[in-house]
Amino acid sequence: MHVNLFDRYQETQSFLHRLDPRVKVLATIFYVVSNALLPDGAWFAFFAAWIFLLACNALSKLGWNYTLKRSLIALPFALIAITVLFTTKGTPLFSFELFSVHWALSLAGITRFAAILIRSWLSVQMALLLVAATTFPDLIHALEHLRIPKVLTAIIAFLYRYLFVLTDESFRLLRAREARSVAAEGMKRGGSLLWRAKNAGNMVGQLFLRSYERSDRIYQAMTARGYSGRLYTLNPHEMKSADYFAAALTLTFLSFIQILGRI
Amino acid sequence: MAETKSTADVLTVRDLCFSYPDGRAALQGISLALREGEKVALVGPNGAGKSTLMLHLNGILSGQGEVIVAGRRLAKENLPFVRASVGLVFQNPDDQLFSPTVFEDVAFAPLHMGLPEAEVRARVDAALDAVQMSAYRERLSHHLSVGEKKRIAIATALSMRPSLLALDEPSAGLDPRGRRTLIRLLSDLPLAMLVSTHDMALVKELFPRVIVMDEGRIVADDTTEKILADEELLAAHGLEKP
Ligand SMILES: Nc1ncnc2c1ncn2[C@@H]1O[C@H](COP(=O)(O)OP(=O)(O)OP(=O)(O)O)[C@@H](O)[C@H]1O
Ligand SMILES: [Mg+2]
Repeated sequence: MHVNLFDRYQETQSFLHRLDPRVKVLATIFYVVSNALLPDGAWFAFFAAWIFLLACNALSKLGWNYTLKRSLIALPFALIAITVLFTTKGTPLFSFELFSVHWALSLAGITRFAAILIRSWLSVQMALLLVAATTFPDLIHALEHLRIPKVLTAIIAFLYRYLFVLTDESFRLLRAREARSVAAEGMKRGGSLLWRAKNAGNMVGQLFLRSYERSDRIYQAMTARGYSGRLYTLNPHEMKSADYFAAALTLTFLSFIQILGRI
Repeated sequence: MAETKSTADVLTVRDLCFSYPDGRAALQGISLALREGEKVALVGPNGAGKSTLMLHLNGILSGQGEVIVAGRRLAKENLPFVRASVGLVFQNPDDQLFSPTVFEDVAFAPLHMGLPEAEVRARVDAALDAVQMSAYRERLSHHLSVGEKKRIAIATALSMRPSLLALDEPSAGLDPRGRRTLIRLLSDLPLAMLVSTHDMALVKELFPRVIVMDEGRIVADDTTEKILADEELLAAHGLEKP
């Protein structure tokens, strides 16, 4: 049995898929930063950023609305920003009394809230596109090239590798429990809530112990193959002219968006 | 540094004793020797100490007694050499394959031996070729089947160019075809091997010599023919005739 919950990579041949992962990672980071730096009411600039995103979607051959369909996952998190509606200073549009606190809604507050929603909505989509068009090992290579400390990239790599093993293991545990959760004829199935909670606790404990022991064995396997505290990797990536071109184009466009947002 | 170049043995173990921190005496005076290119099976019931012995061959565990690999005594200053000489393959391939891609896993040992990039690539290609998995270079380890994982796991050891291959239960969990492929692969490899297994059919087919372990001791070390004929011995140590 094999669980495949986490792979967001979508295999196709496209310009975006072939692009050097370093360029993609950097472009995504710059895009997010650029969105964050745009002033609150710069609607034209946000619109231009959205067009850029749609163009990237189209270049990935996953469909122009590929990320649009998946973009709602970030919305609940963005709603945390709802407090800015009331905390931003400005001329109040209307106000009300609730829990004996005076709440005032201003135009500046609404503008800021909308801008935050748009920023996160755009940025999340670009990140989604990045992981859909780049394999995970390539992402890790890119991070290594960008001088992220080896320890961090190694932790991410291990996490990625063993997330699958761990989910498989927990599904096996769940299945084993399911197989034994039988009901006697004419009896209600399952025990009391407390009993169930205890059971779930035991399973989590099992999972922890198994992972802990596995980490020991992995360390042994690494030691057996020459690991002595330093990790070495080979990164097969090479920047081609198309990569430089894409990087230059992205930077130009992002500068354009920034200027547009400030005039 | 103690050099013992007198024998042509790739592996000599003398009076090896080891207890786990919780007091369990897992090895109690193990002595054995393997000649170059010799393929030996290590059998015995669960908990006999087979895996523990394997872990001693390249110093992951170290007990009292002597372990000499390719003419060098296992000691702290020899550790890198000994580790490169013994290709240890663990029981569970998910422990052995810890990198995201097959290529990175097979390249791990050569890279950590400090070899230049071209040599690393050449070794990866050769090792994957030897286990007939060249097409799997860029595959993600977690998407492989058990049989594929086992073969890649062997490749990760082969890329070190070891003089001894130590495999812990290589045929466990394989379907008949996977088992066939493994047997062919092992018999084609011109390497000394110490293979722990419960698969007596595999022993009969592949190994001319068998070492029987029980409760941390070697209870028999002889040709496969003789050991398989000794029904009393087999019964006493929970083994079955294939
Ligand atoms: N980490 C450990 N801590 C304590 N005791 C251990 C540990 N690992 C193994 N043992 C014990 O040492 C003994 C030998 O175990 P070992 O794993 O070497 O047996 P084995 O011959 O490989 O068995 P199997 O055929 O089941 O793999 C067993 O009694 C086991 O319980
Ligand atoms: Mg074992």
